[in-house]
Amino acid sequence: MSKVLIIAEHDAGKLSAATGKAVRCAQDLGPEALEVAVFVHEGGDDVAGAAAKLDGVTRVLKVTDPANENALAAVLAPQVASLVQDGYTHVLVGNSTFGKDLMPRVAALLGVPQVTDVMKVEGEYVFQRPIYAGNAITTVEAPGDQVLCATVRGASYPAAGEGGNAEVEDRQVDAEIPQHTRFVGREVHKSDRPDLATAPKVVSGGRGVGSEENFKIIYSLADKLGAGVGASRAAVDAGYVPNDMQVGQTGKIIAPELYVAIGISGAIQHWAGIKDAGTIVAINKDEEAPIFEVADLGLVADLFEAVPELEKALD
Amino acid sequence: MKAMVCVKRVVDYNVRIQVKPDESGVVTEGVKMSMNPFDEIAVEEALRLKEAGKIDEIIAVTIGPQQAQEQLRTALAMGADRAILVQTDEAVQPLTAARVFAELAGKEEPGVVLMGKQAIDDDQGQTGQMTAALWQRPQATFASKVEIEGESAKVTREIDAGLETIEVDLPAVITTDLRLNEPRYVKLPDIMKAKKKTIDNTTVEELGVEAAKPLKVTRTAPPPARQGGKKVESVQELVSELKNKGLI
Ligand SMILES: Cc1cc2nc3c(=O)[nH]c(=O)nc-3n(C[C@H](O)[C@H](O)[C@H](O)COP(=O)(O)OP(=O)(O)OC[C@H]3O[C@@H](n4cnc5c(N)ncnc54)[C@H](O)[C@@H]3O)c2cc1C
Ligand SMILES: Nc1ncnc2c1ncn2[C@@H]1O[C@H](COP(=O)(O)O)[C@@H](O)[C@H]1O
Repeated sequence: MSKVLIIAEHDAGKLSAATGKAVRCAQDLGPEALEVAVFVHEGGDDVAGAAAKLDGVTRVLKVTDPANENALAAVLAPQVASLVQDGYTHVLVGNSTFGKDLMPRVAALLGVPQVTDVMKVEGEYVFQRPIYAGNAITTVEAPGDQVLCATVRGASYPAAGEGGNAEVEDRQVDAEIPQHTRFVGREVHKSDRPDLATAPKVVSGGRGVGSEENFKIIYSLADKLGAGVGASRAAVDAGYVPNDMQVGQTGKIIAPELYVAIGISGAIQHWAGIKDAGTIVAINKDEEAPIFEVADLGLVADLFEAVPELEKALD
Repeated sequence: MKAMVCVKRVVDYNVRIQVKPDESGVVTEGVKMSMNPFDEIAVEEALRLKEAGKIDEIIAVTIGPQQAQEQLRTALAMGADRAILVQTDEAVQPLTAARVFAELAGKEEPGVVLMGKQAIDDDQGQTGQMTAALWQRPQATFASKVEIEGESAKVTREIDAGLETIEVDLPAVITTDLRLNEPRYVKLPDIMKAKKKTIDNTTVEELGVEAAKPLKVTRTAPPPARQGGKKVESVQELVSELKNKGLI
């Protein structure tokens, strides 16, 4: 029977959606214990409380250390590695940039391999994961006599329900925390729109949108639909939108019910980020654009005409 | 100060890969191979650091088959000073690769190890962080800006929420994101010049590195197919389709 530890990701007193998805994935292991570790520098009752509510969670461990203020992998990894020695068989984290940064460092400290981007649990040590930008799915089997470290692909799991009521326990860990890594600052792009990673509807713009100024029509349509906003790499590189909006193999991998790709050609690296979407709509003036091969509903049109018209039709 | 840059030979990013019918893997025979795009960015960053006088020697390293020499030649043509091929015909997983790189870092004592944030074949995204852990040094992953000042580096990282800046003491491992720089094109004379540069050959065993227990890949299948390709003629038709599906 497995004993699973989930590493909570949180910011400003809020537990991330990625953590709820990791818990949902862990349920498929049929674990006898499913615990969540919350690392904080002070307080942390909100986050621990939110984790305790997730279905299937059996206990929440709150680890307080002043060094934990800014979630640095080099600072957290030795604490996680130390905690894991307590008889856990699996350590899981969401595959957000937080999890991607942290988990390989933990795995290396433990001397074990990592399974990146778990999309399906086939057995306690058998998982499906994507390779080549999701153009192939592999089944991998990890050694059963070692701790299993994994990141969980958010687009493959809904969040765990919130009907639980686990106890929260303060926990000390014995770990040497390095001083070689220091936090300097963070530039967060605040937005009132739904979070791109979890929004049920997403509207994305590509290079075809042409400028930062023109992106207004994308935002406007998104607001009409109540959608989050994304972009292709080309749109980010060109400076139309900030980097955190990039969708794709090397940006965010999302699975909204509705994805509207506007002025995006549909390169495999972009496609990798949306292939789990429910319905994909493409608006592009080039009828040969590869996006049309995969879109459920394609409209060959100039986006500067079609997008405002679509917005109006939604009134 | 030296920079060590890890470059992996992978299927070129423009290739549409095919899964073998017996589901034993992906077809790589007769397929165009290139340097992992993120690793090109790592080489470019090393070159820029050298041009800025922050480092004085660039060592390109790869773990792979004999043919991976081609990617080392590309790195040398771009401007790396020398190269090391850790030859193996087996697929090397991140933990073993990290043990090799940590061992080489211990020997060469670079001030920075530059790597890609992920290799686009296996999409693991682990080797840099693992190398840093085993080498017991800092990691600055997903870098979009690197500034070296004396004994430390200030690195801006692309994170889900935006950008984060951290400061790490050197030596450190830095992994590159797409917007760190745009790699230069290699010119013919550089390729000729690179032929004179040395590539040292070694093996995992020769380095005394113990291979980690691997993940066994038992099946490689194509992803579930999607039914796409339907077109609508007008915005009105699009709206009514979306209404039918209950999406608006
Ligand atoms: C290692 C690597 C990783 C990558 N990761 C990602 C990733 O994560 N995400 C990603 O998106 N890309 C990624 N890319 C880049 C990818 O290969 C493509 O270059 C990129 O997705 C192209 O973006 P685009 O479709 O906006 O631009 P383009 O390919 O230039 O397409 C623009 C489209 O807009 C259409 N258009 C132009 N004007 C109009 C108009 N007026 N009306 C309607 N349509 C119009 C054109 O017909 C065209 O189809 C990656 C590349 C590499 C090498
Ligand atoms: N076999 C290898 N040879 C050279 N570099 C590698 C190798 N494997 C991984 N790397 C480096 O590690 C980075 C991340 O790889 P990965 O963890 O496999 O996604 C790559 O971008 C390379 O810089």
